[in-house]
Amino acid sequence: MALLQIAEPGLSTAPHQHRLAVGIDLGTTNSLVATVRSGSATCLPDEFGRSLLPSVVHYSKAGTVVGHNAQAEQSHDPHNTIVSVKRFMGRGLADLPDAGSLPYHFVDAPGMLQLSTRAGAKSPVEVSADILRTLKERAEASLGGELTGAVITVPAYFDDAQRQATKDAARLAGLNVLRLLNEPTAAAIAYGLDNASEGTYVVYDLGGGTFDVSILKLSRGVFEVLATSGDSALGGDDFDHRIYCWMLSEAGLSGLGAHNTRLLLTRAREAKEALTEHTETRITAILSDGESIDLTLDQATFHEITKTLVDKTLLPVRKALRDAKISVDDVKGVVMVGGATRMPQVQKAVGELFGQPPLTNLDPDKVVALGAAMQANVLAGNKGDDDWLLLDVIPLSLGLETMGGLVEKVIPRNSTIPTARAQEFTTFKDGQTAMAIHVLQGERELVADCRSLARFVLHGIPPMVAGAARIRVTFQVDADGLLSVTAREQSSGVEAHIEVKPSYGLSDDEISRMLTESLSHVKEDIEARKLREAIVDAESLLEATRSALASDGDLLDAAERADIDAALAVADAAIKGDSTRAVNDAAAALSRLTDPFAERRMNRNIQRALKGHNISEL
Amino acid sequence: MTLDFKQDFFALFGQPRRFGLDAAALDAAYRAIAAEVHPDRYASAPDSERRLALMHATRVNEGYQTLRQPLARARYLLQLAGIDTQEETNTSMPAEFLMEQMEWREAIADARAGSHVEQLEKLARELAGDLKSLEAELAEALDSADPDLDGAAQLVRKWRFMEKLDQEIGDAIEALLY
Repeated sequence: MALLQIAEPGLSTAPHQHRLAVGIDLGTTNSLVATVRSGSATCLPDEFGRSLLPSVVHYSKAGTVVGHNAQAEQSHDPHNTIVSVKRFMGRGLADLPDAGSLPYHFVDAPGMLQLSTRAGAKSPVEVSADILRTLKERAEASLGGELTGAVITVPAYFDDAQRQATKDAARLAGLNVLRLLNEPTAAAIAYGLDNASEGTYVVYDLGGGTFDVSILKLSRGVFEVLATSGDSALGGDDFDHRIYCWMLSEAGLSGLGAHNTRLLLTRAREAKEALTEHTETRITAILSDGESIDLTLDQATFHEITKTLVDKTLLPVRKALRDAKISVDDVKGVVMVGGATRMPQVQKAVGELFGQPPLTNLDPDKVVALGAAMQANVLAGNKGDDDWLLLDVIPLSLGLETMGGLVEKVIPRNSTIPTARAQEFTTFKDGQTAMAIHVLQGERELVADCRSLARFVLHGIPPMVAGAARIRVTFQVDADGLLSVTAREQSSGVEAHIEVKPSYGLSDDEISRMLTESLSHVKEDIEARKLREAIVDAESLLEATRSALASDGDLLDAAERADIDAALAVADAAIKGDSTRAVNDAAAALSRLTDPFAERRMNRNIQRALKGHNISEL
Repeated sequence: MTLDFKQDFFALFGQPRRFGLDAAALDAAYRAIAAEVHPDRYASAPDSERRLALMHATRVNEGYQTLRQPLARARYLLQLAGIDTQEETNTSMPAEFLMEQMEWREAIADARAGSHVEQLEKLARELAGDLKSLEAELAEALDSADPDLDGAAQLVRKWRFMEKLDQEIGDAIEALLY
């Protein structure tokens, strides 16, 4: 019989402790949190056994309520009950064609709109953070510890502003974001790993408010996204809205207030869901003025009034096929994701386009969260036998404004990330000493038709004749699909660098202020928390350095090794003390010393990868 | 030792420096290296390693894109040989080639005006065929014992013209479909 090792209370039992990591599907209609336990991904339910958390937040003087209880407030208090906030992420008021028909008091703010509620003006980032915080608390209660990190999913077609807003919301909720992961790619992980699939697959993801399509090549543990397309303002909500409009015209109604609008939209959603199983459904409601509505909607009528919406999803599908340079015959399977793909007319249209019935064997509501959890598990360092590689792409081209209001594309859509591209520009006038850089995202030629991501000015260009200066602008897109831009005047070396933050103005300082406020709310000792976080970070650095020394210590000479050993000893001592500053300083010193070492190890790994591959080829 | 940005992309992927390329070997080498340097491998690593992984992965992706597309590969080989392909500045082309270009443009415009998507797709296939022969010509110019670099630069410029046609066909198809 094996001897069991039992650790002293409070001490970890193993050097590589299982890190608590989750995947979060932050959806338009519902959100979920999932994790990998004992090797398999599961969604974490709330105390009543419900996995889906309605993405609804209710603000009142009494406090903030999220989920089912907030949903219950929808009809009573529509102004302060925020639903489908995902549609507002990274968006200005001008971006919302239907702002007038929504029951909110919008406040236009630079870059991103805000919602005026009884608890004050709320940016969509804050509302999303409230949803994420609820899921974080659910996960921590269920897993019994603090989370190391989270993978948050975003629609593949989200632009930089929407991605950045999502990441900000996660940070505001106190989550360490391991990665933003595209929803169809997350679904492909869950699906592909479950089915050991090989070949080219299409993921058709129709959520509550967004539509994505990704084409992926799956082979031997590599998920390579060939192309992605979509519509970040098209989803199941639009089908509800069509039914709502049909109800208004059938019942001869107009000019309804927020309360009645919300009531009828809820009835519309119920009717949509009923028509998945039944050929007709009865819709009844009593309006606030006592007028009663009693209508019957049949499937044929429902399909007819939503046909243009279904057709609208097929256009991005065709575009993605073209971009991937494949035809429908090359597609081995079509995976359906998102609750809205339960609608029979959607499945029928997709089946007809591809000449095969779509795959629906995984729960379309959960598959994204499950895939995100699997990825989170790997990113957190809990490597089991699973090993796979995601090669994702940027959904929309990135460019710069040039003369005449035109956009010069610098990184084309569907480039594999991370990616970087440099472009040279020159001055337009003699003696010009500054240059305005305007970064845009989109496919159209005119600045006015693309999304403006950021503007910045490069000062201090040495005066030269027009056309003599050489300004090199470098776009770097990281693995989250987020952009940073560097501009450099080549002859003088003048440099400007920005993280492209959409102009809605949530600076790092503001986020940490909001974070501090939300923490003091729960009366947590911020200093203690900072120390704890610094120690956790330093411990992971120490662990990484020790394991690197064990495997690749031969890459260092004796003097380098002695320096690193000394720094390790200092850091070891610091994490046993109570000075956050000492911990951070020791970690920074160690990190500086190990930089060249890391570089050498990476080069060695590349060489090994090449050799290993050459041998296997022979 | 620092990140060797001087190492060319062929060396990076362990491939011979020539135009003719074993696509499957390139794919396999790319995947093997990408698996090592991808930022996902370093998500819980210290900041410095994460930055390093980002730089490497970016370069590996750039190298792969450059080598796997014939036009980019040819241009890159010429650049390594010190030849400027003059794609923006040198637009002088044989009269015969320019005539063909005009015929292509007319055919695309006609198909577009007549809303013939199938006709456009047929043109796209023809163009793909022409690009295949251009690729063969490039292989001959670049990979022979006595390479014709100026000739190859001219072929690269021709390819650019053809690529623009392909873009026009694509735009026309999208305009008609959507």
